[in-house]
Amino acid sequence: MKITVDEDKCCGAGSCVLAAPDVFDQRDEDGVVVLLDAEPAEHLRTAVREAADVCPAAAIALSEA
Amino acid sequence: MSGPAGVLVVGASAAGLATAEALRRKGYTGDLTLLGDEPHVPYDRPPLSKQVLAGAWQPERAHLRTREVLDALDARLVLGDEAVSLDVANRTVHTAAGRALSADAVVLATGVRPRTLPGQEGLRGVHVLRSLDDALALRGDLLATRRLLVVGDGVLGAEIAATARGLGVEVVLTGPQAAPLAAQLGPLVSGLLAELHAENGVKLRLGAGVDELTAADGRVTGARLSTGEVLEADLVVVALGAVPCTGWLEDSGLVLGNGVVCDSRCRAADGVYAAGDVARWHHERFGSLLRLENRTNATEQAGAVAANILGADQPYTPIPYFWTDQFDAKLQIHGVLAPDAQVSVVEGDPAARRFVARYDRHGQPTGVLGWNMPKQARLHRQQHLAAPTTGGTA
Ligand SMILES: Cc1cc2nc3c(=O)[nH]c(=O)nc-3n(C[C@H](O)[C@H](O)[C@H](O)COP(=O)(O)OP(=O)(O)OC[C@H]3O[C@@H](n4cnc5c(N)ncnc54)[C@H](O)[C@@H]3O)c2cc1C
Ligand code: SF4
Repeated sequence: MKITVDEDKCCGAGSCVLAAPDVFDQRDEDGVVVLLDAEPAEHLRTAVREAADVCPAAAIALSEA
Repeated sequence: MSGPAGVLVVGASAAGLATAEALRRKGYTGDLTLLGDEPHVPYDRPPLSKQVLAGAWQPERAHLRTREVLDALDARLVLGDEAVSLDVANRTVHTAAGRALSADAVVLATGVRPRTLPGQEGLRGVHVLRSLDDALALRGDLLATRRLLVVGDGVLGAEIAATARGLGVEVVLTGPQAAPLAAQLGPLVSGLLAELHAENGVKLRLGAGVDELTAADGRVTGARLSTGEVLEADLVVVALGAVPCTGWLEDSGLVLGNGVVCDSRCRAADGVYAAGDVARWHHERFGSLLRLENRTNATEQAGAVAANILGADQPYTPIPYFWTDQFDAKLQIHGVLAPDAQVSVVEGDPAARRFVARYDRHGQPTGVLGWNMPKQARLHRQQHLAAPTTGGTA
């Protein structure tokens, strides 16, 4: 699984961080998403899928590789 | 994975799409149909009053998913056809085009539609903003106008005023409150918002409601306030809140009352659920019925509905959350900000326009607001709002 984020779309909700804190964080200055791990390990993938689905700005895209 | 043989979702937008996605994510492999009355693939509404209205985004950027991602969902997408009735016993939806769609579980996700003023229909130069088509029509007219009147001092009206100002239009914002969003945010923050708008050249005519629109030759010329004052404009946007799209359910036997009334599982009847703006469900921790009109609720409630369809039997008890962007201010609101709450700044400085405020009621934190501090607001939410208190107002 490979994650990409569209910083421009991100509204800083932080829903992704609540869903998958090992993979996502937010910048201190403006709350925009920070990707901690673009290719997360197997055991994190369910949480990452949830994070992508709950992101209210559709800013997280996943590709299965 | 257990679950029904077929699920039909009515309303192909944020909550509808999220229901379908959550079902698949949780392992549902049965039939899935998404029915929507708009011709467009599912798109996001928050950018409509911001990036799309401003022209910063082409409409396609607001689409929620790419074609490939939608295809991978393996759902039947029926677009441009409107549900006109629901047979609850048979869980069958009839559509305007004559389709009869049946499923073991039906999810109602039809959202809300804008409230209008009497006489507004058929008048040229008057807009509402709910759909992509609304946004494009409003943008087209805004570019050719000099004076815009925004009727409504809530979040949508304030956002439209800010975006239109950014396009160089003269903007007057009118509404009955003392400041924009006063009822939601309380005097401190709404006062700061009023300042922000005024600084950026929005004329605020607050403290009086609009009685009626004025018109000449079928075209709007402005609005008359309850004080008798007339505000003149070339273009008017009415942003007076919204009503749930439940007209098509009137003969269904479901309980309707400011939305589809549901139990704590978001269930309106056996095998019938509601999610998103249209759903009014029993929030167990607040101990009352609640209907939320915000973007994160659409997805979170959809997730709860999907889980319950698959047998989870869990109450839906979210911490409400919404955000709004106006000029350079990005506000994040977690929890419930009772208007009579005690407000204290817990981080940053309002004078610097970067702060987090905590809202306490009866000595208990009920909400957190961030002004240009999204991450910090989220951290305060995690610290203070982990367990919403029972019996709080909402
Ligand atoms: C301009 C604008 C800006 C916003 N900004 C923010 C923001 O900044 N932050 C935030 O948190 N929230 C914001 N919101 C609110 C957020 O967009 C909504 O809460 C969210 O879209 C709700 O999703 P929903 O799927 O429940 O309803 P909707 O998005 O309204 O979708 C319902 C869908 O069902 C369709 N439908 C209705 N009746 C029928 C029928 N009979 N048959 C078939 N289909 C039907 C509708 O046409 C629509 O496509 C904004 C909303 C708007 C309009
Ligand atoms: S959930 Fe989406 S919008 Fe919110 S911080 Fe994460 S990427 Fe940004």
